[in-house]
Amino acid sequence: MDIAILDYGVGNLFSLKCALQRAGAEPRIVTIEELGDEIDGLILPGVGSFTAALRKIGASKTKIFDLIDSGTVVLGICLGMQIFFKESEEGRGEGLGVMPGRVVKFREDVKIPHMGWNNLKIVKYNELIEGLADESYVYFVHSYYPSPSRRDFIVTETDYGVTFPSMLAHENLYGTQFHPEKSGEAGRIILENFVKIIKR
Amino acid sequence: MTLAKRIVPCLDVDHGRVVKGINFVNLRSAGDPVELAQRYCEARADELVFLDITASPEKRKILERVVRDVATNLDIPFTVGGGIRGEDDARSVLCSGADKVSVNTAAVEEPRVVSRLVEIFGSQCVVVAIDAKRRYDSGGSVIVKTAEGDCWFEVYTYGGRKATGMDAVIWAQKVAKLGAGELLVTSMDRDGTEKGYDLELTLTISEKVNIPVIASGGAGKPEHFYDAFTIGKADAALAASVFHYDKFPVPLIKKHLIERGIEIRP
Repeated sequence: MDIAILDYGVGNLFSLKCALQRAGAEPRIVTIEELGDEIDGLILPGVGSFTAALRKIGASKTKIFDLIDSGTVVLGICLGMQIFFKESEEGRGEGLGVMPGRVVKFREDVKIPHMGWNNLKIVKYNELIEGLADESYVYFVHSYYPSPSRRDFIVTETDYGVTFPSMLAHENLYGTQFHPEKSGEAGRIILENFVKIIKR
Repeated sequence: MTLAKRIVPCLDVDHGRVVKGINFVNLRSAGDPVELAQRYCEARADELVFLDITASPEKRKILERVVRDVATNLDIPFTVGGGIRGEDDARSVLCSGADKVSVNTAAVEEPRVVSRLVEIFGSQCVVVAIDAKRRYDSGGSVIVKTAEGDCWFEVYTYGGRKATGMDAVIWAQKVAKLGAGELLVTSMDRDGTEKGYDLELTLTISEKVNIPVIASGGAGKPEHFYDAFTIGKADAALAASVFHYDKFPVPLIKKHLIERGIEIRP
């Protein structure tokens, strides 16, 4: 089982790597140049900005498209999920466009970033949240959230001034707006499920 | 809105050991940071703060090896501070497993450090720690009425060793404007006393900024946490000695707060 964490060159991937190790995986941290064409699981981590991450991925987007087409299980975390979409209010750059919709900024009268522990309301069960209790608390740090144009992609929602999608899934693509690697036991369940899905 | 209030144990680390003092002095040992961190994580603490309290006064770098050892088994957010002078220090701490860096002395001496760190790592990564002490004279800009008389709050740097003459409330507003993601506000008067947070300090700053405020200094019993969230309007409450000596474990404090209607991750 080969799992790669894509490094866009900014921030802390150490805790994500440790969390995956605790979930039973042995992930490699790779740059887009080092990304191979036969991997079982790919994690797009949640560090940096939309524009910066896409600048790093840039011309090599097709590598990711090929992996998705070949059935690699992909988990996007926070910003890593936001780049599933084509455009974001955060800044310029064209995302992967593998999910329809866009990424928008919190507009209500709330403190931004949305930072801290908030709960998940399960909309639709899937294998990534197997064993996870409804209303589980997970850790968020973000100012933007996804607004998919297809309702059936939404797995969980969270309230913060608005009700926003906090987990998405479609075929072999999974995304969490929160950080499972920082979400205690609830996060551990999700990462273990991710590893299980890959093993299937 | 269901954002939970956070309970944050703090490890004050001196040369690799957790210590705890009173009013920032008279340090005594409280154990091994890796063990304590693990214990707090299992007790469902919401976040962990690690401060290398002698790094700044000794003008040395933070102990990265200890940071890494602590981070390895942690699955909750982890803030690290002490002796962080700028981009390079912040990067190496973040690469050692921290999620946020806390700056204090360097920010006071060169406020541009805050905006620079925000630009590179993002607001969510940058905590500004403010150590403040009451002064009952007319030297400050924001005078606050308290039970003990009118006072203002003076900022201290170098782990509480150097008075700066700066007003903590004005400073808090300034760093918020520079993009800091969060403020860690410690009352030096209450530090280690277990008499409760300085609620006037916490409230005054909470009301003047639009970023989360972590109350710190003085927690001695569950009621103090309740007061920090209600009267002090804090978003998170930090404590050390009550947790280290197991006087009030995290679950007990959380139970108290949930019973009194505070939004808490159980």
